[in-house]
Amino acid sequence: MDILVFMLNKIAISGLVIGSIYALGAVGVTLVAGILRFSHFAHGDVMTMGAFVSFILASLLAATGIGLPFATGIVVLPLAMILTAIIVYGFDLAFYRPLRRRGARPITLLIASIGVTMMLQGVLRLFGGTATRSFFETEPKLIYRIDMSWLGATRPLTVTQPQAAMIILTLVAVLVLHLFLSRSRLGKAMRAMSDNPDLAQVSGINTQLVVRMTWFIAGALACLAGTMLALDVQLKPDLAFNIILPIFAAAVVGGLGQTYGAIVGGFLVGFAETLAVFDWSVLVKPLAGILPDFITSAPSLALVPSEYKLTVSFAILVLVLLSRPTGIFKGVST
Amino acid sequence: MTARAFTLFGTLIVLIFLIGLWQGTANVLLLSVTSLAYALIALGLNIQFGYGGLFNLAVMGMLMLGAMATTLISMPINMSFWDSDGPYLLLRAIGAAIAGGVLVFAVRWGLKRLGVGGTFTFWITLLAWLFAYIFYRTQIDPAALYIEQKAGWVGGLGLPVWLGWAAGAVFAALGALVIGRVSLGLRSDYLAIATIGMSEIIRAFVKNMDWLTRGTLTVTPVPWPVPTPQYFQELGADTTASFVYARGGFLLVLLVLVAVVLFGIERVYRGPWGRMMRAIRDNHIAAASMGKDVTRRQLELFVLGSALMGLGGAVLASFSRLFDPAGYIPINHTFLIWVMVIVGGAGNSFGALFGAVFIYFVWMMSDPVSHTIFEWVNSLSLSIGWPAIPEIDARSSQMRVFVLGLVITLALRFAPRGLIPEIIRRER
Repeated sequence: MDILVFMLNKIAISGLVIGSIYALGAVGVTLVAGILRFSHFAHGDVMTMGAFVSFILASLLAATGIGLPFATGIVVLPLAMILTAIIVYGFDLAFYRPLRRRGARPITLLIASIGVTMMLQGVLRLFGGTATRSFFETEPKLIYRIDMSWLGATRPLTVTQPQAAMIILTLVAVLVLHLFLSRSRLGKAMRAMSDNPDLAQVSGINTQLVVRMTWFIAGALACLAGTMLALDVQLKPDLAFNIILPIFAAAVVGGLGQTYGAIVGGFLVGFAETLAVFDWSVLVKPLAGILPDFITSAPSLALVPSEYKLTVSFAILVLVLLSRPTGIFKGVST
Repeated sequence: MTARAFTLFGTLIVLIFLIGLWQGTANVLLLSVTSLAYALIALGLNIQFGYGGLFNLAVMGMLMLGAMATTLISMPINMSFWDSDGPYLLLRAIGAAIAGGVLVFAVRWGLKRLGVGGTFTFWITLLAWLFAYIFYRTQIDPAALYIEQKAGWVGGLGLPVWLGWAAGAVFAALGALVIGRVSLGLRSDYLAIATIGMSEIIRAFVKNMDWLTRGTLTVTPVPWPVPTPQYFQELGADTTASFVYARGGFLLVLLVLVAVVLFGIERVYRGPWGRMMRAIRDNHIAAASMGKDVTRRQLELFVLGSALMGLGGAVLASFSRLFDPAGYIPINHTFLIWVMVIVGGAGNSFGALFGAVFIYFVWMMSDPVSHTIFEWVNSLSLSIGWPAIPEIDARSSQMRVFVLGLVITLALRFAPRGLIPEIIRRER
């Protein structure tokens, strides 16, 4: 049963964690794609920025010396999410809205978002330098050990506090988002605008408000995802630039513009990556006498070497684009 | 070429001259040669985006293919590879790949003949792909390990440099053919995401296939088509002068190359072919209804543009004498080119040329300029008793990225059609 626990640790937990990060990022990307009709390439750096905002707030909180049951990075999240959301809306006012007013094509907005990416990276590195930081320099990273002896396992299931928080907070965020989109007036207006912007406008929906709300949600979720990634691994200036591509893959796989699709896509891509780089040799080891020798003695039985982890999400992306060009759920096409 | 274009090019030349006075001739020649290599790449992207409206974010992948090809062709022959069992093992791996391909093809063909359709075919085909992949992996993994341990890498063919450059164009064109066939049916955003994904896949492979590309160990020195500084130093020239002569020679070669490419592009652009491409870009539905094969023509543009990018990538690797797969990052090798084309003027080759040289100089100059500003602010803050700014060198080199982002957003806002915009002719 130790093998089962090992697999739970290696596949279920890490798949859930990375899937949550992808899902939260992809929801933002997909909302912007559905309502503003362009692919927001700066989303990865918005995530990094959110993580930096949390980091600054957490350092301030840690300096006060108040003892807390949770990691400071988690405690400051609500405030950091609000701040990030406001900054992201500021980007819209400064860079995207003038272009939209002019009636620029989606492609132009996409290029503008690449410009925003570069400016953000420059600013983050100007003030943050290129050094790697950790949220856990002043406090220990709590680890929960769940006893698995009822399954006959000798080793416990280990989850770090940020990982547990990540999974729970993603669930909460998804639930809140679902209630907001399906119950509230503004949420319905957002879905209407995503379906047909012209029709939404003539039926009296305040499109300005919808756009503002879109950026708030996208920014807040990006901050959540970025901070969680930084808590789980480390805070680096190029934290999210590598992760923006799987996020886009997740959004496209789910169908651009489809919120629920993005969540499904995020977990799909997350688990696919985890499964692809998982070394299956641990399963084969006990069968050493039964299976042929070349399988049990192979150095690694991972389907894909871990250097190629990033290509997995794109293999899925290409497969989906070829077989169902608009994603699993039907997405918008700009 | 309008009066505006002449003014802009004139100003640019004066600017380069002034930078030469500031930074020295050898340095400005280095920048000029690199900027002309980037001009080749920007001309390629201009063909794809300016003429065809194709949103290709796979520029970096094309550069890597071009650079890889030039090292494989023009590096000296690695005898320790050819004397070992490496070629035989590689041949077996290639055989495995072909066998896998045949298997997948046979399964698909067989299922089609049997009349089985739908989901079942999909899963069986997927299974066949998986089987072929595992079979290939069982052959290539030991071969790669063996070559890396015995010989380091496969080595080059020892052929002349210009053949390496041509091979760079051909490799990139072949890569573009595959990418284009897969992704060109997609429109705008989807195409952008798909191509950036392909580019990352190419990078992952080139970076990790040590047996083919030496990976992070880098290939150096990649040969030059003209005498190198070392040659002039042996003739007795001092260090600075040898660099000036050698880089000057390289600059001449590149000037001729760019002129030939520019002339060719302008010729076809003004002809019926260019007119057809603009028609497809502006309204692909109308063009299709007039009997133009839109996807095929777009594939043509994609392959042609990528060939130029491959050539540019080969020239860049050759000039820097170093092929370092880990040195390729999307900002420097995809987005930089995009900024060049957008700022210069998409749809106008002279615009792309101007944009490439101008933006490259802005990109390279923002480092020393911001360094100077930082030093100034630092001395100011020290004089009023504030602490010194830490890590000035690292921070000022990061300013390049910020300046690039600022330039592109400003350009989109205030000069959306570029500095030398496309000339729209009315055909009577």
